[in-house]
Amino acid sequence: MENVSIIGSGVAGLCVARALLDRGVKLRLFERGEGIGSHACSWWAGGMLAPYCESESAEEPVFRLGKESAEWWDKHTGEVHRNGTLVVSLERDHADLRRFKRRTENSIDVGPDEIARLEPDLGDRFTKGLYFENEAHLSPRAALASLREKLILDGVDFIHEEVDPRVIAVDGLTVDCRGFAAKDALPDLRGVKGEMVILSSPDIELSRPVRLLHPRIPLYVVPRGDGVFMLGATMLESSTRSRISARSLLELLSAAYALNPAFGEAEILEIGVDSRPTFPDNLPRIQRDGNLIHVNGLYRHGFLLAPAMARMVAELIFDNSTPEMMHEHFN
Amino acid sequence: MREFYGTKLSNALMLGTAQYPSPAILADAFKRSGAGVATVSLRRESGADKEGQDFWALIRKLGVHVLPNTAGCHTVKEAVTTAQMAREVFGTAWIKLEVIGEEDTLHPDTFALVEAARILSEDGFQVFPYTTDDLVVAERLLRAGCEVLMPWGSPIGSGQGLNNVFGLRAMRAHFPDTPLVVDAGLGLPSQAAQVMELGFDAVLLNTAVAKAGDPAAMAEAFSLAVNAGQLAATADPMEPRDMAAPSTPVIGKAFLS
Repeated sequence: MENVSIIGSGVAGLCVARALLDRGVKLRLFERGEGIGSHACSWWAGGMLAPYCESESAEEPVFRLGKESAEWWDKHTGEVHRNGTLVVSLERDHADLRRFKRRTENSIDVGPDEIARLEPDLGDRFTKGLYFENEAHLSPRAALASLREKLILDGVDFIHEEVDPRVIAVDGLTVDCRGFAAKDALPDLRGVKGEMVILSSPDIELSRPVRLLHPRIPLYVVPRGDGVFMLGATMLESSTRSRISARSLLELLSAAYALNPAFGEAEILEIGVDSRPTFPDNLPRIQRDGNLIHVNGLYRHGFLLAPAMARMVAELIFDNSTPEMMHEHFN
Repeated sequence: MREFYGTKLSNALMLGTAQYPSPAILADAFKRSGAGVATVSLRRESGADKEGQDFWALIRKLGVHVLPNTAGCHTVKEAVTTAQMAREVFGTAWIKLEVIGEEDTLHPDTFALVEAARILSEDGFQVFPYTTDDLVVAERLLRAGCEVLMPWGSPIGSGQGLNNVFGLRAMRAHFPDTPLVVDAGLGLPSQAAQVMELGFDAVLLNTAVAKAGDPAAMAEAFSLAVNAGQLAATADPMEPRDMAAPSTPVIGKAFLS
């Protein structure tokens, strides 16, 4: 098998590298920054492997393909926590909880006692919720680091250089996983801005991602262990990758405070902003232009969908099949 | 049909563009409903560098009249600045003017609304003010230069339908020549049909379509309802009455059979 070049070392690039390596390819991987860091969208991900909850607003492929993800991440990184997801709302928003239940599968109704058993720190505060026991979460930074380390051990050549995919593709098969930076080649791509906060609170313990439904300010909190939590995330039609607005920060923190007032005493560790690379249907795509294969548009589903996208790239290259998420109309 | 600042609309349904599962589904909703106007918010997404332009390009591609709005503005100054940016971005003098006065009900600040409407009208804008069914405020808005009024049905996003049918009917009677649009609060197509039966010129809604399980189907349902209501209004509906009036005459019939 020929050599393959991958450009971009975010979640898409690393997963594609893993999938191709397992098929016996010799790989080199170009990355803009050195190592994993805040220059990649994946750095700021929530890390929820929640195909059931996401199906409330996402289309069917996200649900079906996302179900592969927990096992994949477990096998390749061992970083997965399979504790499910808890969805709650304040009393006045119980209609949103009913809608959420109607539009998703496999939820279990939980009352105050069950909520207290699942998450003792939320027990007194919520009377109704939904529990999705088949969901999982991971810590994105730890998972990416683990994936990367194994790739290096397995002989992948990481090159810290910003390169033009078209130039690299002259020498052989190239997979462009640059995310939003690939907009020069993929004009349909737009950015959906997300803002998030990482907090440390010794007063709160959570074992699983918790989603607080709200008509205006929905919130999720993902425990990172050691009293660290990620609050996310806004969804704004904007390609800016910096600058959190005061309003977004106020809303995220207020929602967290509504979940448990002890978050008011938490220490703010980080504030993150990035823009999710997204196509108009909010679904990911594989596009091929000769030697150059694009994998992009993972939107808010990077960790959920990258394993399936990587599998499809391998199928495209080795099995000569046309994968499901292949986008034929190259513009 | 009354014209909106000289523009005749082919379809009396106006749709918002926020909260859809994806822009592709948003485009479907417009296609299936034939909605004639898309209202779009600039406030939240706009940074100093107009960072929402990829999304705005998708809105322009819908091929309908774009009605930019000042959603999320709380003061005259914010609303005026946002309107000016909207004019620049979309190249239209139309602006849906929204100045929020109260957070829980999103009740318009009608004092600031009138003031902002005056400033914008003098600056050449064609203002679509989001207001209540208050006739005095309506009068002031017209005096400030507005040629369209957009009273609420009920609070934004509440899906409560028409909270004050009496007030809306009074408004229609009071301003027979002004194009009137019910904006906000609608949850079901039947409510949109009722708006049109009252003789209104259009309805504007967002959440009821965007948050439906199948937004495109719901958009079409609203479109059918709006057309039905509009047709009914032109067909001169019967007057309701207190007593039964049989549709077949009884006189002359053998009633002791």
